[in-house]
Amino acid sequence: MNKDEYKEYVKRRAKRSASPKNCGFAFLIGGAICTLGQALHDLYMHLGIHEQDASTLVSISLITLAGLLTGLGVFDKLAKIAGAGTLVPITGFANAVVSPAMDTKSEGYIFGVGAKVFTIAGPVILYGLFSGVIYGIIYFLWG
Amino acid sequence: MIANYALAFLVGGAFCVIAQLLIDKTNMTPARILVLYVCSGVALTAIGLYEPLVDFAGSGATVPLTGFGYAIAKGVERAIDKSGALGIVTGGLSATAGGITVAICLGLIMSLIFSSKPKK
Repeated sequence: MNKDEYKEYVKRRAKRSASPKNCGFAFLIGGAICTLGQALHDLYMHLGIHEQDASTLVSISLITLAGLLTGLGVFDKLAKIAGAGTLVPITGFANAVVSPAMDTKSEGYIFGVGAKVFTIAGPVILYGLFSGVIYGIIYFLWG
Repeated sequence: MIANYALAFLVGGAFCVIAQLLIDKTNMTPARILVLYVCSGVALTAIGLYEPLVDFAGSGATVPLTGFGYAIAKGVERAIDKSGALGIVTGGLSATAGGITVAICLGLIMSLIFSSKPKK
């Protein structure tokens, strides 16, 4: 087997299988989390909380839930089945903050936990805010 | 009422399926997906497409991470309307402050209480 054949072989072996099962679980669990969010939203609105505050509270509630489940080790088990179903909702953001924090405890609370909570949250916040600034400039000048 | 929940389920689920396809068919890591989703949320809000989706699907559009981008873009708009150019740099973080603060504080609290189990 020469180099090119080997490359071809690796490529063939590495080719990810089509994933109807993964997509099904992602759809069901992701959809369920969003439906839970909708239920919480309706509950907060029912309690007389302003629309925008209700949305923020939904995020906070789901983040808290996902953070607690990550701490208890339940989230990882669910995420293994759900794939993008738990990643894409705001629960994935919470897990991406809490999980590295727990993993890096042994490196100390400054460069371990303190720095590593931002391993994934950092890029998300940076590029999100950066896009927001670009949009803000456009909106300010021409909005 | 039931229709609202069905729409949240369908649209939220669809966002997750798109990400699952990206993970399975390309070599995109979860972190890249999250960054892509947030930036897409900002861009789609900027061109006026995301707000109608939020009106249509409620939490199905606000709970996925694109909704985080939507919150940033709307926060920027509101802050600019209120305080002019300063809002360009204050709006995004103000609108998402609650979620970010809870997430990172919870990260610290969880790391104080629990130790991660060895990965199997």
